[in-house]
Amino acid sequence: MSRLSDANVALAHDIIRRYPRPKSALIPLLHLAQEQDGWVSDDAMSHLAELVGVTPAEVKGTCTFYEMFKLHPVGTYMVNICTNLSCQLLGGEELLHHAEETLGIRAGGTTEDGMFTIEDVECIAACTEAPCIQVNYRFGLRLTHDDFDDIIAALRAGNTPDKLITSNPGEPIPSHGTLGLARQTMTEEQTANIIAPEQIHEAPVWLTAAAKDN
Amino acid sequence: MAIGDYVPHAPGYVETPGTKIVTSRFTYEDSYTLERYEATGGYEGLKAALKRTPEEVHGETRDATLLGRGGAGFPAGIKWGFCPPEVWPRYLVVNGDESEPGTYKDRLLMERDPHQLIEGCLIACYAIGLSQCFLYVRGEMAIAQQRIADALNEAYAKGYIGQNILGSDFSVDIVLHWGAGAYIVGEETALIESLEGNRGMPRLKPPFFPAAVGLYGQPTIVNNVETLANLPWLMNNSAEEYKKYGSETSPGTRMFAVSGQVKRPGVYEVEQGVTTYEDLLYGDDYCQGMRDGRTLKAFVPGGGSAPWLFPEQVSLPLEARPVGAAGTMLGSGAIMVMDDSSCAVKSALRLVRFYARESCGKCTPCREGTSWEEKILQRIYDGHGRPGDIELLLDVADNISPGPYPVASDESQGLEAVPFPPKQTTICPLGPSSVAPITSALRRFRHEFDEKIAMAATANHPEISVDLDSKAEVSS
Repeated sequence: MSRLSDANVALAHDIIRRYPRPKSALIPLLHLAQEQDGWVSDDAMSHLAELVGVTPAEVKGTCTFYEMFKLHPVGTYMVNICTNLSCQLLGGEELLHHAEETLGIRAGGTTEDGMFTIEDVECIAACTEAPCIQVNYRFGLRLTHDDFDDIIAALRAGNTPDKLITSNPGEPIPSHGTLGLARQTMTEEQTANIIAPEQIHEAPVWLTAAAKDN
Repeated sequence: MAIGDYVPHAPGYVETPGTKIVTSRFTYEDSYTLERYEATGGYEGLKAALKRTPEEVHGETRDATLLGRGGAGFPAGIKWGFCPPEVWPRYLVVNGDESEPGTYKDRLLMERDPHQLIEGCLIACYAIGLSQCFLYVRGEMAIAQQRIADALNEAYAKGYIGQNILGSDFSVDIVLHWGAGAYIVGEETALIESLEGNRGMPRLKPPFFPAAVGLYGQPTIVNNVETLANLPWLMNNSAEEYKKYGSETSPGTRMFAVSGQVKRPGVYEVEQGVTTYEDLLYGDDYCQGMRDGRTLKAFVPGGGSAPWLFPEQVSLPLEARPVGAAGTMLGSGAIMVMDDSSCAVKSALRLVRFYARESCGKCTPCREGTSWEEKILQRIYDGHGRPGDIELLLDVADNISPGPYPVASDESQGLEAVPFPPKQTTICPLGPSSVAPITSALRRFRHEFDEKIAMAATANHPEISVDLDSKAEVSS
């Protein structure tokens, strides 16, 4: 697949500027690559290496540590079903089994039409609302098997399922790779003082001013 | 919506009687907007702090005995004091990588009240001279990231963050950073590695804790989301006022997520120390007892890493010291309840599997040991256990977290408690945490393990069959 588009390169530079050292931007940039292509390709990793000034191997080293980054194409919708203890006690494993049977794939697999990937995941922080799932990191809570079928049917029909929680009601579920629909925007005029730590030698001015007052 | 009801726009949160310090805005549907935040006393704590010297703000936090809410429970004011003098710059890293099984309170705080967290960060930065703050949000929390991004943009535009905040000489930048799915990154040194763009593997400490040598080798304060969310209230009131809530050693309130087989699981903000597990599990305002007329079997008192407690211990107060004295921990405030229909082998297996999957692979005892623990538990659960498997399991556990684990002995034969906090042959506590569910289950429910192993010994194992009618088995 591809390197970052020009628009995304501009965004990448914006992100890199927020960190005292460029390599710190690597995880957000890997997310950006995944947002563009739905997965992280070798070409994208080489491109990120150029942007932050490290080797492609270092980018791959970081990328492969984190399970949200996919090194091969996955479904448009990543369906993560929690089976950790709180969900397991209330039917998480049965829900996973139902999902596997309904979609005809095992956890880790992708449907033939490229629409859905199922994952058997660890705790996703909605334990009181078990059994819970995430579809492209949007929650579905206290789901029955019928609720699950409704979600799949709505997504196949191109609608936002009622049972998935978005930041604003009715907001679309973006395809895999896009997380929050808003980005932090920091113009250079807005930022206070983001520079490398080597260039700072003194206590911040508000501390020294307060000390003088005393 | 009345007291005692779920708050529909904050799924899981239940409004209960009593003073709310960090969840006071959760009942507003638009609680995450700057407009609502300012209309309900927002950023007043920052203004109050800016009228005082940084040292006074630090002192107020120290006097309040604000305990860290991430799991270790270390007082934030004292942690702040560990920065070596005259080493600059110093950084703040906010730990929003909440992934401990059973835990969620930080996600609600970030989704429902992002400005409160931002204000807390600003107060901390002002107090100890931190020049930049990184808000590290768990990768899977897309809505929290979206809300925080919007909130930061609003706060920058209004002059709450950036150059010369509210006309003072205080300037700081807050950057939203997000992870990509790794539990271990919740460990503070792994969090820093991850923020430097590396694989999230913990650093060896001591000698250097992050407050001395952290991000980019500089002094770095790592604080939990809930800890920082307390600061605006503290600045608007006082340490003295704060200490009117909770108990002497654990003042203030805390958020507890109670999940599992109770009638009304939920997230509750209650006073520490004066509330007990019994209140939470059985109280009418809280979980209202077990489902379906079942009885309590065991509960995890403070996140997946905590040794379990049993029915006779429900009267323990929600306070670090007594829970610690009972051989476990309040941890991250996650309570997972198992009733008498649950299987102890299965529960232990499911928790151990978590640690096996999340081990970062740096230390051999954890990388190899946790997956062996999982394999052994899995075969016991599947009915293929072998005689001696329990001893083998404890031997593997002993290599990760040295015992003593009295072999072939449960509490009816004199095993009092499992060692806690655990010893470790590893750099961080992840591997040793996998031992807690095993020893907890064995201590009380050893007979369930023995029965499964005995069944395996006598079972006439059928040939392994594949369900050919299952659509999932058909490969394309």
